[in-house]
Amino acid sequence: MSAARTWTIGSVRDALLAKKTSARELAKDFYARIERRNPELNAFLALCPERAYAQADRVDAAIAKGQPLPPLAGVPVAIKDVISTEGVRTTCGSKILETYTPPYDATAIERLEKAGAVILGKTNCDEFAMGSSNENSAYGPVRNPVAPDRVPGGSSGGSAAAVAAGLSVASLGTDTGGSIRQPGAYCGIPALMPTYGRVSRYGLIAFASSLDRIGPFTTTITDAATVMSIIAGHDSNDSTSAAVSVPDYLAEIEKPVTGLRIGVPEDYFGAGLDPEVKAKVQAGIALLEQLGCKLVPLKMPHTDYAIATYYIVATAEASSNLARYDGVRYGLRVHGNTLMEMYRKTRERGFGPEVKRRIMLGTYALSSGYYDAYYLRAQKVRSLIACDFADAFEKVDAILTPTAPTPAFKLGEKTADPLEMYLADIYTVTGSLAGVPGISVPCGETAAGLPIGMQIFARHFGEGRILQLARAFEKAGGFSI
Amino acid sequence: MKISREDVLRVAQLAHLDLAPEEVETYRSQLDEILSYISKLQELDVSHIEPMTQMRPRNASSASAAGAEPELRDDVEVPCNVANAVLQEAPDAAKPFFRVPKVVER
Repeated sequence: MSAARTWTIGSVRDALLAKKTSARELAKDFYARIERRNPELNAFLALCPERAYAQADRVDAAIAKGQPLPPLAGVPVAIKDVISTEGVRTTCGSKILETYTPPYDATAIERLEKAGAVILGKTNCDEFAMGSSNENSAYGPVRNPVAPDRVPGGSSGGSAAAVAAGLSVASLGTDTGGSIRQPGAYCGIPALMPTYGRVSRYGLIAFASSLDRIGPFTTTITDAATVMSIIAGHDSNDSTSAAVSVPDYLAEIEKPVTGLRIGVPEDYFGAGLDPEVKAKVQAGIALLEQLGCKLVPLKMPHTDYAIATYYIVATAEASSNLARYDGVRYGLRVHGNTLMEMYRKTRERGFGPEVKRRIMLGTYALSSGYYDAYYLRAQKVRSLIACDFADAFEKVDAILTPTAPTPAFKLGEKTADPLEMYLADIYTVTGSLAGVPGISVPCGETAAGLPIGMQIFARHFGEGRILQLARAFEKAGGFSI
Repeated sequence: MKISREDVLRVAQLAHLDLAPEEVETYRSQLDEILSYISKLQELDVSHIEPMTQMRPRNASSASAAGAEPELRDDVEVPCNVANAVLQEAPDAAKPFFRVPKVVER
């Protein structure tokens, strides 16, 4: 399975500089891989070869002239279909945007291309990023490249599968409650959710504005650090992006981890955690201890309330954000005799069942008479969860947990029960609510060969610390522990 | 039972969603199960807790490291000539307007 993942950002650069290949040949090779594997995996919803080859040719011209190469020169990447790409169809996995072509690029896209990246196409995802298995896409589920009868995780399932199957060297996903980290765990690759505000969301189509973040999937920690160094940083087009300086992640990751204090919260190792996942993550933690980290047992007492809190906050915000899909300005319009009828028919036909369910739940939680009992209460519990993290980071430098309670489940296994599906995010939503960064790194596999993920949280803007620990773990063989 | 058939219809109306008759009961039972689960939030005493209304770091040490004060930008005019590109995506444009079914009767 990993034989397909033959390229890293560094090896692309070396091959281009040594003239062993060209950016155009490389792009062509990746399109050939996509043509072979995508009919089975359904990871890509749209390809943009014209744009990709034009960019590849610019890189090749720079090489021919002996110009210095930007950090991602010629690197084939894939983009989750909730991130706007000028002139390239962007559907959010929804029928309501089936024909929508954005008139501008997201800032993250602009930065990737300015750094030389070659965007191959747009990847499949749960509709409006709402889901934990990619089965809520209006364009069919994605299959896990490691075990095609299983889900790749969600909602960034296509972006995770593309990198895991070697159909792109890196990809961008988005994480609202676990949508980068959980598919990273299920597909066996590193997957980073940056701090809230670390990466500009200009051009990201909104799901839940106090939670949504853009972050990378890669095959190595060095590659994750490289992509972060490109996409992180303030953007005047996104007032929620933070004016915090971006450290040199590539320097950070090689620092020794000796003496770092690692928090292990018992609340993440209780009932519902698959024993094989538990054993591997514990082995992963022991490995970091061998590397000189100091383990600190922790209690994060509000962990158990995170899913309930999340499904109020996220759906309330979604019900508001998705009010814009009314058939007036873009996307689907279904004819009605009155404006109201047009709204209702458009939304009925355009949205899938999970999106409708969440819009209704969010509308209910915000509606007159229920606001205090649900939304306000959830925002208060969210404060308690954020305090759990703030308290923990007084004592430790990072927190280690499993990424998900089980390995990838079978397609169709949880579609009948929305609540059971929500519980797949039980260890990831906490960090989403608190705004801190988190990564999932591969941490061995089950006896049946399914990947397991270990999650590392750090304090706000602590991506360097996370990547440093992840890199030490990778170097020590933790990925295949 | 937390949520009734009437609740579902009321919420669907607020959210401008048409539901097929057979969908109403499906959503009712699913929302009911989800809301029952969510009611665990009632276990906590939050009477003295402030709601989390902003996403900037909470503790002082990381807040100062993060330069947590919001930055205000200068109030500078920038051209925004996107009207044509935007109207291109409209299902029914009558430039420079979006056309919709009549909302005002004479």
